Amino acid sequence: MALAAQKTQQTADGGKMDIGGAVLTNPNVKPAVAARVGEAAKMTSRKVCVFYGPKQALFDVDLDVPSRQVTALIGPSGCGKSTYLRCLNRMNDVIDNCRVTGDIKLDSENIYDPKLDVVMLRARIGMVFQKPNPFPKSIYDNIAYGPRIHGMAHDKTELDEIVQTSLERAGLWNEAKDRLAQPGTGLSGGQQQRLCIARAIAVSPEVILMDEPCSALDPIATARIEELIDELRENYTIIIVTHSMQQAARVSQKTAFFHLGVLVEWGDTEQIFTAPRDERTQGYITGRFG
Amino acid sequence: MTDAALVAPVGKLRRPDLSETRIRRRYAAERRFRLYGILAIGFAVFMLGFLAITVVAQGYTAFWQTRIALDVTIVPAKVDPQNTRLPESLIQGDYQAVVRESLRELFPEVDSRADRRALNDFLSNAAGDDVRDMVLANPALVGQTVRVEVLASDDIDMLAKGRVDRNVAEADRPIKDQQIGWYDKLDKEGHVVSSFNTGFFTTGDSREPEQAGVGGALMGSLLTILTAIILSLPISVAAAIYLEEFAPKNRITDIIEININNLAAVPSIVFGLLGLAVLLGFFGLPRGAPLVGGLVLSLMTLPTIIIATRAALKAVPPSIREAAYGVGASKQQVVMHHVLPLAMPGVMTGAIIGTARAMGESAAVLMIGMVAFIVDIPKAITDPATVLPVQIFLWADSPERAFVERTSAGIMVMLVFLVLMNAGAVVIRRKFERRW
Repeated sequence: MALAAQKTQQTADGGKMDIGGAVLTNPNVKPAVAARVGEAAKMTSRKVCVFYGPKQALFDVDLDVPSRQVTALIGPSGCGKSTYLRCLNRMNDVIDNCRVTGDIKLDSENIYDPKLDVVMLRARIGMVFQKPNPFPKSIYDNIAYGPRIHGMAHDKTELDEIVQTSLERAGLWNEAKDRLAQPGTGLSGGQQQRLCIARAIAVSPEVILMDEPCSALDPIATARIEELIDELRENYTIIIVTHSMQQAARVSQKTAFFHLGVLVEWGDTEQIFTAPRDERTQGYITGRFG
Repeated sequence: MTDAALVAPVGKLRRPDLSETRIRRRYAAERRFRLYGILAIGFAVFMLGFLAITVVAQGYTAFWQTRIALDVTIVPAKVDPQNTRLPESLIQGDYQAVVRESLRELFPEVDSRADRRALNDFLSNAAGDDVRDMVLANPALVGQTVRVEVLASDDIDMLAKGRVDRNVAEADRPIKDQQIGWYDKLDKEGHVVSSFNTGFFTTGDSREPEQAGVGGALMGSLLTILTAIILSLPISVAAAIYLEEFAPKNRITDIIEININNLAAVPSIVFGLLGLAVLLGFFGLPRGAPLVGGLVLSLMTLPTIIIATRAALKAVPPSIREAAYGVGASKQQVVMHHVLPLAMPGVMTGAIIGTARAMGESAAVLMIGMVAFIVDIPKAITDPATVLPVQIFLWADSPERAFVERTSAGIMVMLVFLVLMNAGAVVIRRKFERRW
């Protein structure tokens, strides 16, 4: 812990220097570990490697996710950004031959500690998926499921309250309040995705992981979700995987660029999009590949 | 063959062949394909219809029973030898003789011993039982004359239903010309009546066709199937869930899986032998009891339900599991709250197929002694019993003409039982069915 803090300190200085100085463009340089601004990191990753059987999918990822900000993970298909995201709430545990090495900390707790209860971890780190996947139950039950299994409400009134606040926060209350008993699968795609977001925030997570939440939606629904992400930032730390660089630029404060399983570069979104330090980042955001 | 042969010559542009003949050939092929399908369905429907028509035409008459309406004088000396009018005395009465007497009164001309016997053949040997039951219920009837519809014998029943060909030579007929004459007289005087055959559904087996019913076999089948399904459904669903969701994928689970698949193909007689050796021989369970039949049949249905359940669990989309994991559900909660309910229609399909197979099973239950001639209706799963398919087999084996219609009627009852059971399962399946 002390070592990590020292390292962060070191690179923080280095980072500040970089912003002022010329763009660093040595592709062989390992991505810098840096908390360039002074905010507290909610999740820190050190030397995270992921293997699917014998195949390595992620190589030594070091990344700090700042609290109450939106961090976007971008990169071409198959670059490992979704794999990394799924490490953060140990969703990869479910996959049979997947192995994760390295340290990932939530606050100062190692989430891969064998003593840690993975169910409680997933309650603290919610997730929204690429394809809207409401349970084939009523809208109400979709939201109430998480609070129920975690014993968050003691009676029906409390549960109703959780359902209502979650739907309100997800901006779905006005559309759904009259049809709470109807199946969640009967909503439109955009509404379903907001339902999934409401379901995620119903268990009051600290971090919300979003895996390309808008890729199955039309532009109007996408705009609503993006607006929502911006509002949610006040209360939650959000990490979003996206294929759309415009989306990353619009919603995120931090951006990390992955390429071939390596975290190439990360920093303030503005800096990544205006002054990338790495050739590969520049190549990707200017559309030369990917 | 080298690569060069596969590569089109450079410069030559290949275009799709849009010629008329190709299109015509494609249309023809599609029409042919559709025709094959229609032919296959037509054949299946024809065979099914043929089967249904044959069975119904042969068997529908078994649901009616011919009775002879007689004015029976209940002679006190015959039915109440101790003259006490108490049930203990009344139950010993010779009611058959009373009924015979009243039939003979209609034919005063019959007096020779042989003719009397021929006339007595009109009555079922259970004809007196109807009168006995009446008298036991109401002892005041003793000494009075009451009109009773008594059971006719199977030969008269067949004659009444037109199943006896009067043109056949007398020697080849079970009913002689003299008897036909008496029958026609009875019929003309309105003594021959036909009523719905409730006895067919309430009585057990009998050597006399007019007294034989499916009640015993129906009850035996019900008890056996219930035992089988109560045992096999939870065990196989639990096994399937464990194997599919929790078990590590290794050599041992592979071997278990292969063995379960093989088990589904084992001939039922082998299960019967297993039941005979282990359940009857080693554990000493009662022979021919629905308990043992149910145990054997549950072994038979296990692999079917396990395979169907595993397929249904596999078919649940991973997005639902991920969603549940995502809100912090534990593995067991994911399976019990989300995966299993969605897989339930598939589980029910497996259960229907398994039960239907068990329902029609005869070889396995033959081996454990459910083939005996059982007159009593089983009341518990340890009573000796028989099942519908075996009952049908036993009747089909009997020489009396009247058993032919009972065999067909038994088949109808079994099919209706099967359809009802399947309909019930379909209703349950509908209840569980959800879209996602």
